Amino acid sequence: MFFIKLRDLFKSYGPVMALNGLNLDVPVGSLYGLLGPNGAGKSTALRIICTLLAPDSGYVEVGGLDALVDEKETRRRLGYVAQDVAIDKILTGRELLQLQGDLYHLDSKHKKNRIEELIHRLDMHEWIDRRCGSFSGGMKRRLDLASGLLHEPELLILDEPTVGLDIESRSVIWGLLKELRNKETTILLSSHYLEEVDELADEMAIIDKGKVIANGKPDDLKKELGGDRVTLRVREFSDQVEADSVKKLIKNINGVSNVVVNQQQGYSLNFLVQDNDVLSNLSGHLSKENFEVFALSHSRPSLDDVYLQATGKTLMDAELELAGKRDFKLENKKSMR
Amino acid sequence: MITTHQSINKDKQSGNNLNEMFQEISALTWRLFIQLIRRPSTLVAGILQPLIWLLLFAALFSNAPIDFLPGSSSYGEFLGAGLIVFTAFSGALNAGLPLMFDREFGFLNRLLVAPLSSRSSIVISSVIYITTISLLQSFAIMLTSASLGYGWPSMAGFLLIAVTLLLLVFAITALSLGLAFVLPGHIELIAIIFIANLPVLFASTALAPISFMPEWLGWIASINPLTFAIEPIRMAYHNTVDLRLVLISAPYGEVNGYSCLAILFILTVGLFFLIRPLLNRKLA
Repeated sequence: MFFIKLRDLFKSYGPVMALNGLNLDVPVGSLYGLLGPNGAGKSTALRIICTLLAPDSGYVEVGGLDALVDEKETRRRLGYVAQDVAIDKILTGRELLQLQGDLYHLDSKHKKNRIEELIHRLDMHEWIDRRCGSFSGGMKRRLDLASGLLHEPELLILDEPTVGLDIESRSVIWGLLKELRNKETTILLSSHYLEEVDELADEMAIIDKGKVIANGKPDDLKKELGGDRVTLRVREFSDQVEADSVKKLIKNINGVSNVVVNQQQGYSLNFLVQDNDVLSNLSGHLSKENFEVFALSHSRPSLDDVYLQATGKTLMDAELELAGKRDFKLENKKSMR
Repeated sequence: MITTHQSINKDKQSGNNLNEMFQEISALTWRLFIQLIRRPSTLVAGILQPLIWLLLFAALFSNAPIDFLPGSSSYGEFLGAGLIVFTAFSGALNAGLPLMFDREFGFLNRLLVAPLSSRSSIVISSVIYITTISLLQSFAIMLTSASLGYGWPSMAGFLLIAVTLLLLVFAITALSLGLAFVLPGHIELIAIIFIANLPVLFASTALAPISFMPEWLGWIASINPLTFAIEPIRMAYHNTVDLRLVLISAPYGEVNGYSCLAILFILTVGLFFLIRPLLNRKLA
């Protein structure tokens, strides 16, 4: 049973296609991670689910409701923690939570109890009565998370919740998310931190260019790769022709699979090996064709490898590539009411 | 029987909606007042500026021939009504600024993602806040004006002043809120406020009667909304509250007190209707 269903979502900002037929199913009570570089379409998808943005086309279901039609009831069921923390600098943390409680129509006793509960849980008592303008990034994020949770939503949506945070704040937030997951709150979290998704998510989807390119449980996705990840370079600065020749050679070795040329990393070759014997014999195979091993690394598969396998580039390279193409001014203008 | 149950449920639901809307509006308005209490500089500046004008202009033109100032015994008394309206006008023109900052800094999204009973609550709270502030500032000018010996209106006059100011403040607030959603940022909104403020004052009967002006300026002054607010207030200060009296001798004809209020009312309703589709679209 799914709490969120997205079907064929399309959304563009002028010439930039942010969502390109996105489909997603988030199971009830799960902590679901959306992984992808900045600009892949994660925030746009989350803003559509929160009813802050209308898609160009597609279907959005939240908790059995058509979120594009029954917007108010959808809002009642979800809590949203945005990527850019929006707080009123003049209010104190407590006043901001009280305002939030009134916007969600909590009665005064329930509101007071919930605020105290969250202040305690997120360890905010020392500074909650100070003005928000004096808060650090971590404090603001914790306060924002408390705001999102004040009305005890069935669904919590977090957009890059730990970007730029100190270790203490990150640990407090991770702890709370794990606790909420155990209490069957459905959590949808976007991140471009691999370790965050790996650590927290029950299930995940990798988003690239506005669509889901892989999804499942993080461990299953890594296991699907079928072996250990090897990165090989035959020269410090190689080229496409040489990399293709090495790829052709390596593909034919028994126990090697999923060979990918990584252009962004100097035409290195990434592939999977079933056992260490393959590696021992690798230099022999290469020398037959007059290639040498310039650099070789060997590791257990990570989510970055899953991403690399699906897209042909690492998450970091994808981010650098997308950063140059994004029109932030246009995106801000389009997303501002 | 089913119909009865349905109608009871409907009544209960609309009662809940009203309660929820009241809770939202109270909370949002209270937020604006907290901001004001902790940063009172705009309130103080809004009172100080017209006060300085009152002191300086009244002194500057203290020897102006009284015959040219219909119904007034001094220039200070003549000027008082203009500055009361100017204070309310300036205050209302700033109504869009808090909303613009909320748009720019993303706080509006926090409000829009909440299950508000009505998104009009955001606009209504702004109107309540700015109306209260504008009236407070105008009242401060009235008190100062009275302490300088420029008179105090009767009860009926006071009521007329309140109604006139409310109509003007509602109209200009609607305009400012509309601009806050149309313009790309606060710099542009401040620029418009800066450009509009003084020319609108000078092109009204706040500082001089129409008979003092060249014909072209007389035309502008006699269609300026500020003039339609200034003249009823000036009448209120003369302690003759009779809306049938001609208050403006405009180049296009004579305008009495009823017409002044009717024009302000039409302007207010017209501007709210004009910005309604915009608000519906932006807050949808």
